[in-house]
Amino acid sequence: MKTRVSVLGAAWLVLAATTAMAADKPTDPQIAHIAYSAGVIDVDAAKLALSKTKNADVASFAQSMQKDHEAVNEMALALVKKLNVQPEDNPTSKALAKAAKDKRGELGKLSGAAFDKAYVANEVAFHKQVNDALATLLIPSAQNNELKGLLETGLKLFQGHQQHAEHVAAALK
Amino acid sequence: MTAVILDRRQVLGAGAALLMGGEAAAAHDGTVHVTMEKLVFLPAEIEVKAGQTIEWINKDPFAHTATVKGGWEVMIPPGKTATRAVAAGDTVEYYCRFHPNMKGRIKVSA
Ligand SMILES: [Cu+2]
Repeated sequence: MKTRVSVLGAAWLVLAATTAMAADKPTDPQIAHIAYSAGVIDVDAAKLALSKTKNADVASFAQSMQKDHEAVNEMALALVKKLNVQPEDNPTSKALAKAAKDKRGELGKLSGAAFDKAYVANEVAFHKQVNDALATLLIPSAQNNELKGLLETGLKLFQGHQQHAEHVAAALK
Repeated sequence: MTAVILDRRQVLGAGAALLMGGEAAAAHDGTVHVTMEKLVFLPAEIEVKAGQTIEWINKDPFAHTATVKGGWEVMIPPGKTATRAVAAGDTVEYYCRFHPNMKGRIKVSA
């Protein structure tokens, strides 16, 4: 129960930051930074999970997260290079990084089944939060069509991840 | 060499899908192609005969699967292809285990 409350807490923090930004829409360099940061966060979480879990389903899920987010971030890097866009740090990226750091500290103290449950629950919450931001703010705000296209592919990918995480969570119960 | 073959498949697949209104993309050799691109199975529904081969062509940089709940699974690595020989009982719905929002259907006709 404690885990659940703190997961929601982290999600609210970032959503609040995202909502605060909605007044002035993020620019393409900021959007690129937010999307890339979200990917790095999930890769780091996957590496932590792979170093801790003994559950085959959780390990397989984490491997998939690491590979997919690395692949989509490579696409993002290639695109910003092509478009000559310099990703720009911003309050949403900072809030995401802060929430991820707190969550990492929390997960680091857990082990065994408690870790598995907390990691997978956070993966559901994190992907949901990123998907909401993509659908309601980042995709509508993107000016460049290629960036918009990559974000749309990202949304489909992360929606898949959210469902995958939900399946793994259900199997852990 | 491989690139040339893939290009040809791609053209055949796209052409057949257009001709048949996106239903079954059957090539002349009895192989039915399903492309996986941007997290979509295309075409999502195929009609095949037992003994034919289904070939999934993964154009994404992500690994996908064709998974039947409680049944078989075909793994298609990023940028690769994989096949399955159609069995009589293969009228199924399938999905990608890694991205369950990817869904497809196979109908086996007599
Ligand atoms: Cu997939």
